[in-house]
Amino acid sequence: MPQPESSQTQPDTEKRLKDLFSRGLAGDDGAYHAFLSELGKRLRAYLRNRLRGLPDEVEDLVQEVLIAVHNQRHTYDAALPLTAWVHAIAKFKLIDLLRRRSRRELLTDSLDDALEVLCDSDEAAMQARRDVAKLLDLLPERQRLPIVYVKLEGRSVAETAGMTGMSESAVKVGVHRGLKALAARIRNQP
Amino acid sequence: MKTDDLIAMLARDAGAVQPDRGGRRFALALVVAVPCSALLMLATLGLNPALDRYVRLPDFWMKVLFVFALAAIGLVVARRLSRPGVKLGRAPLALVIPVLVVWAIAAATLVSDDAAQRTEAFFGQTWAVCPFLIAMLSVPIFAGTTWAMRGLAPTRLRLAGAAAGLLSGAAGALVYCLHCPELTAPFVGFWYLLGVLIPTGIGALLGRRLLQW
Repeated sequence: MPQPESSQTQPDTEKRLKDLFSRGLAGDDGAYHAFLSELGKRLRAYLRNRLRGLPDEVEDLVQEVLIAVHNQRHTYDAALPLTAWVHAIAKFKLIDLLRRRSRRELLTDSLDDALEVLCDSDEAAMQARRDVAKLLDLLPERQRLPIVYVKLEGRSVAETAGMTGMSESAVKVGVHRGLKALAARIRNQP
Repeated sequence: MKTDDLIAMLARDAGAVQPDRGGRRFALALVVAVPCSALLMLATLGLNPALDRYVRLPDFWMKVLFVFALAAIGLVVARRLSRPGVKLGRAPLALVIPVLVVWAIAAATLVSDDAAQRTEAFFGQTWAVCPFLIAMLSVPIFAGTTWAMRGLAPTRLRLAGAAAGLLSGAAGALVYCLHCPELTAPFVGFWYLLGVLIPTGIGALLGRRLLQW
């Protein structure tokens, strides 16, 4: 298969992002944060190129893919290229969006260009139209409170358990299920 | 929420995560669902009364091996389709091998038989119900494999649904072997295969609805 022109940056990016992600999966939250930041920029550039007719959708989709990557991160196998894994998720969510909007004619490019998914970087975040925080408010308490306390306010699981009267494992389950429920709400939003 | 805030939220206290290649999930699904299917078979159809004699016949084991091979390949395909970016490779092509083997045995049988025996070998006594009973026995297993897939991240939903259906159909056919009185290769190569293909088709149709995430 012919390589795209910008492929000279690809092995580096793949290696660096994979390293950050692997450390994140091993429990290094700092590395994981760096991975998601870098991934967000790459996704923005990738999706902006593919949603030229729908610029308003780009930032929403960047967020949606980031949440999907986070929720499904246990399915990544370090033996495989990170690029292929990320591309499969980004393409899946992109096609899902286009299908939901029934606006496939706006597609300007082939989607089968796995190598491009991490090629370019775009730091200028646009305004997301959808507010994830508002959707978060719609979740049931047992999911919303653990996310607000642990993930937004940075409290410990034990502290959150004390404040909510939930067990520590219920707090962890609440975070996990809450983020999945959030992804579902994002999808089903008009 | 700004994207940077979202990233901070996702990364905060994210902790370590065990990679999941789906092996344990599918194993658990099958360990629970196949006995459910067997119970369904016992409750509605019953064991073949001649089973003790059947297990000494090579034809019986040909049949078991055929559906077991389909189930095993179906499992490989289903696991590959359950994770983003995993290539399918030649795994689906391997499905052709057990089918061709059984068809070859069936052809050999049919050639040596006379016309009446051919009809008997192809239709047996139960052709009209066999595919539907296999499909029925695959229902609990389909629920299990769908559950396993939903815990992973399939991105080709129709194919993934079809693979879940194929695995369930073949495992359901394996259970059905304990009831079924038929032994001939022509019967197995057509009606069993049809029984496996019914849940495969249903899986393809429902894949997008059941597996979306």
